[in-house]
Amino acid sequence: MIDREQVLHVARLARLRLDEAEVEKMAGELSGILEHVDRIGELDLDGVEPTSHVVELENVLRPDRPRPSWPRDVVLEPAPDPADGAFRAPSPQADSQ
Amino acid sequence: MSGLLELTVAEAAGRIAAGEIAAGEYFDAWRAAAAGDELNAYLWRAEDGVEGTGGPLAGIPVAVKDIFCTEGVPTTAGSRILAGYAPPYTSTAVRRLGEAGARVLGKTNMDEFAMGSSSENSAFGPVLNPWDRGRVPGGSSGGSAAAVGGGLAPCAIGTDTGGSIRQPASLCGIVGLKPTYGAISRYGMIAFASSLDQCGALTRDVTDAALLLAALQGRDPCDSTSVGIEGGVEAPSREDLKGLRFAVPGELARDAIDSGVRAVFEATLETIERLGGAITEAPLPHAEHGISAYYVIAPAEASSNLARYDGVRYGMRAEGAGDLTEMYEKTRAEGFGAEVKRRIMLGTYVLSSGYYDAYYGRAQRVRTKIASDFAAAFAEFDFVVTPTSPSVAFGLGEKTDDPLAMYMSDFFTVPMSLAGLPAISIPAGLAEPDGGGPRLPVGFQIVAPAFAEQRLLEAAFALEREIGFDAKPGEGAGG
Amino acid sequence: MAELEAVIGLEIHVQLSTRTKMFCGCELSFGDQPNVHTCPVCLAHPGVLPAPNEEAIRYALQIAVALECEVAPRSIFHRKNYFYPDNPKAYQISQYDIPLATGGRLDDIRIHRVHLEEDAAKMIHVGESGRIHGSGASLVDFNRGGTPLVEIVTEPDLRSAAEASEWARLLRTTVRQLGVSDVNMEEGSLRCDANVSVRPAGSEELGVKTELKNMNSFRFLERGIEAELARQQELIGAGAAVVQETLHFDPRGVTLTSLRSKEEAHDYRYFPEPDLVPLAPTEQMLHEARGSLPELPAARIERYREEMGLPPEAAAQLAADPEAAVYFERAAGAAAGVEPRVVANWVTGELAAALRQEGGEAGATGSKVEPEALAALVVMVQEKRISHGSGKTVLAALVAEGGEPGAIVEREGLAQISDSGELEAIVATAVDANPEAAAQIRAGNGRAIGAIVGAVMRETKGRADGAEVNRLIRDRLGV
Repeated sequence: MIDREQVLHVARLARLRLDEAEVEKMAGELSGILEHVDRIGELDLDGVEPTSHVVELENVLRPDRPRPSWPRDVVLEPAPDPADGAFRAPSPQADSQ
Repeated sequence: MSGLLELTVAEAAGRIAAGEIAAGEYFDAWRAAAAGDELNAYLWRAEDGVEGTGGPLAGIPVAVKDIFCTEGVPTTAGSRILAGYAPPYTSTAVRRLGEAGARVLGKTNMDEFAMGSSSENSAFGPVLNPWDRGRVPGGSSGGSAAAVGGGLAPCAIGTDTGGSIRQPASLCGIVGLKPTYGAISRYGMIAFASSLDQCGALTRDVTDAALLLAALQGRDPCDSTSVGIEGGVEAPSREDLKGLRFAVPGELARDAIDSGVRAVFEATLETIERLGGAITEAPLPHAEHGISAYYVIAPAEASSNLARYDGVRYGMRAEGAGDLTEMYEKTRAEGFGAEVKRRIMLGTYVLSSGYYDAYYGRAQRVRTKIASDFAAAFAEFDFVVTPTSPSVAFGLGEKTDDPLAMYMSDFFTVPMSLAGLPAISIPAGLAEPDGGGPRLPVGFQIVAPAFAEQRLLEAAFALEREIGFDAKPGEGAGG
Repeated sequence: MAELEAVIGLEIHVQLSTRTKMFCGCELSFGDQPNVHTCPVCLAHPGVLPAPNEEAIRYALQIAVALECEVAPRSIFHRKNYFYPDNPKAYQISQYDIPLATGGRLDDIRIHRVHLEEDAAKMIHVGESGRIHGSGASLVDFNRGGTPLVEIVTEPDLRSAAEASEWARLLRTTVRQLGVSDVNMEEGSLRCDANVSVRPAGSEELGVKTELKNMNSFRFLERGIEAELARQQELIGAGAAVVQETLHFDPRGVTLTSLRSKEEAHDYRYFPEPDLVPLAPTEQMLHEARGSLPELPAARIERYREEMGLPPEAAAQLAADPEAAVYFERAAGAAAGVEPRVVANWVTGELAAALRQEGGEAGATGSKVEPEALAALVVMVQEKRISHGSGKTVLAALVAEGGEPGAIVEREGLAQISDSGELEAIVATAVDANPEAAAQIRAGNGRAIGAIVGAVMRETKGRADGAEVNRLIRDRLGV
C-alpha cells in the first residue's frame, strides 16, 4: 500500500538516498509493517487521551546560571570540515530550510 | 586468577572492601578475560588498569553498551556514521558508576542505534551467543548480554527501549533489569526513542542488578524526565513470595510461544506457588497491540533523533557530494544500515502530513490504553509475569529478511516499555528450540508498578533462589 | 474593479536577554569569535538532552501578560523537524498546538499567540558572490544557536505598511520596558516578518498571502511591505494570481526575491518533544509575571487622564517616556496639596523650557532638578509665597546648580511681600507717579492698569502677588 512515489517522497524528507533496489524493497517492507500496525485502526479509541510521556512531571527548569562553554578546538576536533573556527557545510543551493 | 571471575559483583565488592582482594587485581583479571572475546561482544576494551578507587563498587569492571557517551572513548552506537567518534563528555550513567568506584571495562557491541532484537544490525559485525555461536544473543544490548553470559565481564549496562535489555538477558541466561522510565538519567545515552529509552543492568544475579541500580538511579538536572527512585535501592533479601499476587495476562500467553519456553514458564509459575505466591489469569486487553503502537512511536521518535547525523559537526561525511542536500543524502545513505534506514523511513512516514493522526495519534492512544490496563491489573495484583521472549535464541540470519518476525520477538517486553514500568528477566531454565537442538536459556519476566523496583527485586531474588539456575554456556545440554 | 485593501499580520521574534541559552548553560553573546559559546548540548552531540532555562520562561510569561494574553494552564514543546546546517538537531524545539499564551492585544491589534522556541545558529555564506544563491559553501557559527526566542504572532489586523511599522515600534517600546530583551533590529534581537495579502475593500475573506523576511529595520519593514503590496496590487490588476511564497527583502534595491523553490512543500512533522515535560505556569509564576510588569504606556495614559486629571496631550507626553513618567509621578507625589495637572504643566512646560534654555541633552531625570525640589517650588508658587515669575527665576537656578528652592528664594530675596502696609505704600507711590494711567482707569479703561502694575513689580523686583497688586490699585482709585 506504500508505493514507489511515497517511498521516494519520504526518503527525500528524511534525507536518505535510496538506490533502485532499496526503493522496491522498502516499499514492500514498509507496507508489510504498516499492514500489521493498521490493526490499531480497529480499536475504539474515542475520547482516549494520547500519551506522549509516562512521567508525571511539570515545570522541570534550570536556573539561568552560566557555566563554561567547551573550548573551540575541542568542539571542532570531530568536525568533518572545519574552517576559520567554524563548521563548513556545502552550499544549500536553491534548497532552504 | 580464575577464582576471581567466579565471584558475583556483590561478592567481589565485599572482598575488595574487606581488603581481601586488590581492586586493581580484580579489574586486571577481567581485562584478561575480556581480551579473549570471541563473540564480537566488545567494540573497545580498557587499555589501562585501575588504581585508587573507592566506593561501593570500587574496582568493579562494567561492560558498557556502546550507546553511552564516554569522554575520549570511541562511542559509535554500532553505527558507521559515528565510526571514530569520541564524545567530548560522559553520560550520567557512566559517571555515576565511576563515582561509586566502578570502571569501564569495555564498550559493547549492539544493534545500530539500539534498533534490533538480535545484535546482527551492528556496523561492526554480529554478536554471537555464548551458548551457541551459531545463534544470536538477542538485542539490542547483545554485546552486554553476551559479555556477561560468556564470562567476559562480571556485569554490564545496556538500554531497553522495547526489550533491549530483557530479551538478550533471556537469550544469554542472565538477569536483565529495565527500571521505571525516569529512574536513571538518559543524559549521554544516545537516543533511539526518547519516551521509551531507559538504562538498566545486565548481571549474573538479582543482587548484582540491585547493586548497579543503586549506583545508577537518581534525579539528574541534565535530564528533565529523570526522577530517581525514592528511598534508593537496597540488596534484596526476601526468601518467599507469601501473600504476593501474580497476574498472568491471558492475551499474551495465548500467542505464539515455543513449546519449550511455555514449559519453563509454567514450571516457574509452579515455583512461585511453592513459595507462597498466588497465580491468577488477568486481562491486559490492549497489550497485544503493543507491537503496533511501539513500531509507530519508536520509529517516529527515532526518525527525529537520528536526523542530527548530518555530516556537519561530527561523525562521517560522504565524499564527493556537491550541494548540501546531496551531502546529507549520501552521508546518511552510507552511514546508516538497512534496519536504521527502515525505521527512519517508517518514522518519517507516520509523522508526515496526512498520516500523523492515523498512526502517531492512534498509537499514543493505544499507549494510554495499555498503561491503564496495567494500572487496573496493579490495583489487584502485585506483579504481572510473562515469558521474556517467545523463543530461545534463534539462528544467525534466521530473521534478518523478515523485519516483522524480528519485531515480534519483542512481543512480551514492549507493553511494559510503553507503560514505562520496571521489569526484570531472570533465567528460569533451559529449553530446546522448536526446531530441536541443544537446550538454551529461557527468561522469566516480572513486571511491577512504576518505581516499585525494590519490591520487584525482592520477588525476583526469592524466585531466583528457589529456581537455582546454575547452568553455564557449554554445559547447556546437561544443565 | 473594487479598491484593494491591505491585510497585514506580523510575526515577531524577540531574543530574550537571559544570561544563558534556552536549553544549556552556554552564555549568550553578540559579536564574539565564532563557536566559542558552544557545548555538546547546543551542538547536538549524540545523547545530549535539553534543560529549559527558568528565566526564559519567566521572561516569556512577562511578555504574554504584557500583551494581555491568556496563558495556557499547560503548554508543551514540540519538535519542528527540518534539515539545515544552522539547525544542529535537525529539529527546532518550539511550541505548536498548545503555545504558552494566546489571544491578547496591544493597542488595537490582536495577538494570535505567543510562544517559546530556540534560535538557529548563524550561517555565513562564503564563495563566489557572497549572496545566498550560487555561493560555494557556508560556515556555521553556533554561538547564537539555542538563544531563547519568543515568537509573537498578530492577527492580520494591520491595514497599511505605515501602521505595521508604527505598531512594531510600539511593541518594541513595550518589550523594552519589560527589560526582557535588547529589542535591537540591527543586531537581530528583534526580527520582524510580515504576512501580506490584499483583498477587495470591505471583503471578509483573506487573499493569498506572502511572507516577507529579512527586514532588519522599521524603515525596511515599511518599505518591504509597501513594495509587496504594490506588487500584489499590480498582479491582481493584471488579472494574475498571487502565489503563496516566502520572499526575501533586499534593502539595497528594495527588491523581493522568492526564497523557497517549489520542489517540496514543507512538512515539519511536528510531534511532542519527548525530552521535555509540560510547562504549567503556577499561580506563583503568573503572579510574579504580573507583579514585575511595569505599567505600560496605554494604561498609564489612561490613569493620568482618569485618576490624575491631566489633559490628554500632557498625559500622552508624560506616559510615552517611562523616565519622564517616573519623574512626574515623584514630583506630583511630593507636591502636597497641589493638583497633579499643575505639576504636569511645570514638568512639560517651565521645566522643559528651562532645560532647553540650558542646552542640556538630558531630560528631567538627568537634570540637576530633583523631582522633590520641583515639587517644593510648585507648592511655593501655588501658596503665593513666591510669584510665578520668581518661580521661573528659582527654576533657572535649580537647573543650573541644583539644590533646594527654599534656599534659593532666601538667598535671592524672592519671598513675596506679605506685609500689606509695605505693599500699599509702594502702590500709592506708583499711582502718584502715573497720573495719566490713573485717569484712564478712573474713566473706565481697565487695560491701563498694566502700566501701574508694571511699576509696582519693578519696585518689588517681582516679589508682589499680581492679583493683590491689582486689588490695591483699584481700591486706591476707588473703582
